[in-house]
Amino acid sequence: MGLTLTKAADWLDNSKLDFSPSNQIILTDILKAVDGYSKNNPIGGKMKFSEPLVWDSTLKFEDFKKTERFPETESENTLQLDELLTVTKQESEVAHVECHSFDMLQLVLDACRSKKTAEVRACLEGNSDPVSKILGNRYACNTEDDVEFYKQAEEDLQGEDITYEEFETKKVVLKMAMEFHNLDVRMLRSVQGLMSKDSRLSPRLVEAEFDCLKELSGSEDEQPLRDIEPVPCYVHVFSNGYRAPNFRQLQGDIAYFLVYLKDTDVICVTAGTKGWFVNKGYSKDTNDVDFERRSDLYGSLFALLRERSRHFRERTSRKSGDGETAADEAADGAEKPDQEGDADQQAAREEAEERKKDPTLRWVSLGTSEQQSQERRSARQPQSAAAAAQQSDESDSESGTDEEEDAVERRHESNADLPSEYWQIGKFVRYLKGGNQTSTIISLCALRDFQLNTEVCQLAIRDVGGLEVLLNLLETEENRCKIGSLKILKEISQNPQIRRAIADLGGLQTLVNILKEPSKDLKCLAAETIANVAKFRRARRIVRQHGGIRKLVSLLDCPALNGPTSPEIERDIEVARCGALALWSLSNSTKNKRAMKRAGVIPLLGKLLKSRHEDMLIPVVGTLQECASEPDYRVAIRTEGMVEDLVKNLKSDNAELQMHCASTIFKCAEEEETRDLVRSYDGLEPMCSMSSKNIRKFQELNVIEKLVRLLSDQPEEVLVNVVGALGEMAAEKENRHAIRKAGGIGPLVQLLTGTNQALLVNTTRAVGRCAQEKENMAIIDRMDGVRLLWSLLKNPNPEVQASAAYAICPCIDNVNDAGEMVRSYVGGLELIVHLLRSDNIKVLAAICAAVASIAKDEENLAVLTDHGVIPLLAGLTRTQDEELKRHLSEAIACCCAWGNNRIVFGKEGAVAPLVSYLRVKDPKVHRSTARALHELSRHPDNCITMHECGVVRHLLGLVGSDDEALQLAASGCIANIRRLAMANEKSRQSSKARGGGNGGANGKAVAAK
Amino acid sequence: MEASAKANISKIAEALHSQTNFTKKECEHLLNMYKDITGGADDAKLDRNKFKDILHNSFGMTDDLMMDQVFRAFDTDSDSNISQEEWLKGISTFLRGTLEEKTSFAFRAYDLNSDGVISRDEMFQLLKSTLIRGSLDYQPVEEDPDEGVRDLVEIVFKKFDTQKKGTIDYAQFKSSVVDEPLLLQALGACLPDEKSADAFLCTFEEVHVPTTISYIRTGGGRQ
Repeated sequence: MGLTLTKAADWLDNSKLDFSPSNQIILTDILKAVDGYSKNNPIGGKMKFSEPLVWDSTLKFEDFKKTERFPETESENTLQLDELLTVTKQESEVAHVECHSFDMLQLVLDACRSKKTAEVRACLEGNSDPVSKILGNRYACNTEDDVEFYKQAEEDLQGEDITYEEFETKKVVLKMAMEFHNLDVRMLRSVQGLMSKDSRLSPRLVEAEFDCLKELSGSEDEQPLRDIEPVPCYVHVFSNGYRAPNFRQLQGDIAYFLVYLKDTDVICVTAGTKGWFVNKGYSKDTNDVDFERRSDLYGSLFALLRERSRHFRERTSRKSGDGETAADEAADGAEKPDQEGDADQQAAREEAEERKKDPTLRWVSLGTSEQQSQERRSARQPQSAAAAAQQSDESDSESGTDEEEDAVERRHESNADLPSEYWQIGKFVRYLKGGNQTSTIISLCALRDFQLNTEVCQLAIRDVGGLEVLLNLLETEENRCKIGSLKILKEISQNPQIRRAIADLGGLQTLVNILKEPSKDLKCLAAETIANVAKFRRARRIVRQHGGIRKLVSLLDCPALNGPTSPEIERDIEVARCGALALWSLSNSTKNKRAMKRAGVIPLLGKLLKSRHEDMLIPVVGTLQECASEPDYRVAIRTEGMVEDLVKNLKSDNAELQMHCASTIFKCAEEEETRDLVRSYDGLEPMCSMSSKNIRKFQELNVIEKLVRLLSDQPEEVLVNVVGALGEMAAEKENRHAIRKAGGIGPLVQLLTGTNQALLVNTTRAVGRCAQEKENMAIIDRMDGVRLLWSLLKNPNPEVQASAAYAICPCIDNVNDAGEMVRSYVGGLELIVHLLRSDNIKVLAAICAAVASIAKDEENLAVLTDHGVIPLLAGLTRTQDEELKRHLSEAIACCCAWGNNRIVFGKEGAVAPLVSYLRVKDPKVHRSTARALHELSRHPDNCITMHECGVVRHLLGLVGSDDEALQLAASGCIANIRRLAMANEKSRQSSKARGGGNGGANGKAVAAK
Repeated sequence: MEASAKANISKIAEALHSQTNFTKKECEHLLNMYKDITGGADDAKLDRNKFKDILHNSFGMTDDLMMDQVFRAFDTDSDSNISQEEWLKGISTFLRGTLEEKTSFAFRAYDLNSDGVISRDEMFQLLKSTLIRGSLDYQPVEEDPDEGVRDLVEIVFKKFDTQKKGTIDYAQFKSSVVDEPLLLQALGACLPDEKSADAFLCTFEEVHVPTTISYIRTGGGRQ
């Protein structure tokens, strides 16, 4: 009692007790102890206090007089009873009480009737350490620990030469001291209980509640709120978990959220250490929050929203059943011992009873409230922390979507309908049980022969009690039996109902234990089975609680990954792969992610990421993908150098792997440094060009608009990346339109006037790609973008030259009256021809592409020819570069259209190398080469050269191609050769008639036909 | 005498260790063990009973029929004795054999009459005692107490007789085992389990080689 009064009670400055709830509890407790004390302990009641308790009563002197317990006395102003109680009248009728025993105290209290508490308060205010007054100074409240107290008690009793009576008195005193002590402990407990209710919020609690509400939100009527999001200007989470800016953290603010309610509009709430409240709102214009408080404080956002929104209240209370609702519990953080004990059962019961309703939602809503109350309690009560942690596991917050918790049961109604598999499987399961390990192995092998991937067999095994037997086998000593059993379990656990049954039978615990076995086969199979079973939340939790995560993570430690292989190393790799598979399944839940991190999964994943095996990479990257939702992991992925490997795997042929890599990078790209890394490893190109899914994702994210907005007023280094990204995005038609709609064309064209080489390369590419759309081209033309591109051909940097030349091609193809435009550039065509003398293959290829586009206009072709383009092109035909081959043959095809260019090509020796182009593998080269050959074959001399080079065989092959343009060109070329042969045949016959003639060379062609 | 015996052992170990999965030192140890068991005389051979004692004590085998068969699989020259060479080679397969070695060993052990094929009758003999009569879970029908065993024989036969020959030759046996390694000991445990094998080896092994075959596919089985 003494300790409570000094430490726990709230005293005001004037040594009065504050009217606080905790004081109220203390007072009530003391009153309970004192009131009726003398009745229950007659001896103690009579004992005289060592000093009287003295205080000014709340009662008037007259009230005491009325009780009629006092004998008549002579004094008007004093009442006295047995010298144990003295009441004196003071000024203004206040009664001053001097009390010497509990009996008398009782008397005073009786006089107070309903105002007993107030009297106790007054008494305590007058006697701040009542215990020492009652029992003597040695029991003053300086004893903070029990040991001291007991020592005193012992001393008391061991005093020498005490009489029996003295001893008896001491016993009474001690007994009373004990009682006071117990009262003290009791009161401290209740005060503590009270205090734990109004504990402070922590960022973790805030985020947990936010996550939960986020999951509850949606447009469905069922869902209690539409959406919740952090206020846009304070999205970033600082390392201490706060979202609020530093200067507001000092005020106790943790985070700000916008809550979109169903029935009222948006409210902006602040989460502070003291609680949740509505602030004055978020303004889009200033992009800032008015932090002032505009509502009461609430212990939780749940409570706040329940107060604010009827819809929210209805939707949240309906789910947690009648009586005390879950949200209420969260709101007051009430400690209801029986309820918390039942939480598990309650959840289980609800799950069982109301399967038809949406279970996920209910679980979550129930979960949060519990989590909060639990965590809050554990903050104040370390001793119950373990229990709380256990409990709060109930409310494991999940990141991903869970599989349907209730798989539909399809039971067969009567035995007659059972498929034959049931009987056979039943028989084998019997042999499984009723024999030694040899018969067990045989039965297991026999079971493996069934179609274990069909539901009929899966359920048959379960229904004949096979699962129990299989799981029991796992507990035996026989490795072969375990392996056989696991092989079956691994297959049938692909069925959700089987998974559930395995978990219900306690199979996960066994599986986790098997991970400890030395046999690698067992480790692999157990991990794979866990990977299958842990597809639902409860299973994941069980695995974690039984220490499975640490064991699985240790499986990943695979010494030799890409070195020379031996069967042993293969087995190690397989173990790691299975471990990764299991972790992939487990990483669906936040708690598991944290547990995995603690178990040191990150460096191991980083190591495995360097593997060359796709079947290893997929689970590893899959796990990373799940985990990248946690900021810790994102940082780790960057710092452990995993970005490079992720980008490398983006270029893999495996679509699944690509998808996981891309998704991981997406998640990680929230961090600026990671974005830079991705770029520096050339990750953008494969990302953007990879799949339509990504593009959709980009569109969802409004990436283009954001990028376009960045085009202005940014330092050049940023621009390089922004434009680079836009360039990659522009590879897709939809994105090209999106860029225009976002107003990106103009700024891009303006950037062409810059000087930064890297920026120019990216810009020209972006502009070139955008120019593939007529609408875009119109804008570029209006801004005279083509002239700018053209002038970049004079840039000293060959990369810029090449990129500009490539960009020019689609411009010419898509602009109206391209010929006129090109001619208007003074010296433009001359420049192009000049560049064909460049040393740089890339430039040459690009210029060839440009020539092909320009030459489509006859007049320009004529000018090009005058500048001597034909011999230059012909001179390039000996190249080995496929890119150049492609564009070169395209250019030759286009240039044939003018004058005697065809003949010149032939004379310059361009035909034979062209024929050899047909031997390369690239179909694009084939197509342009076939076109060129077709054009060239219109001249007989060329036909002869081609034929001598054996072109027909290649062309005949190409005629069978799927590509129509290629077919056409190839067949056209063959037709020309054939026609020439026919003509020759004719002329030879006629020249025979004339006796000799020019049959010679041309005749050979005919012979071949 | 002692020195010459030692030299002799060293000589045999030197000659034979390359034909086994043991190092020379390990071979010497096994030969010493052989000497201890047989009593030390130079020409003493390991006979059936002593060998079965080893199987029982060191490798936990209990089935009398199977122990006899293992003895026969060790005794490659069928002289009812196990020579030093047979001992070394047999133990090598027994403890560190490759899948192929073990398959061949198991086939020899299961081929009761040594005619190179396993028939239904041989299988029946081997599997006769696998089902526990009168156990709670398995109660044979009155008329035919062996029905369960016959069932098992049929299952195994179907597994092995992939070419429908009516008997199982080594090639069929081997291909089925490669397909499903669990079938290696489908007709009875003729090889030691991992624990007792490791326990036997741990006193003298120089290099660690896995004592069991791999029951799952790795590497090669990757798609």
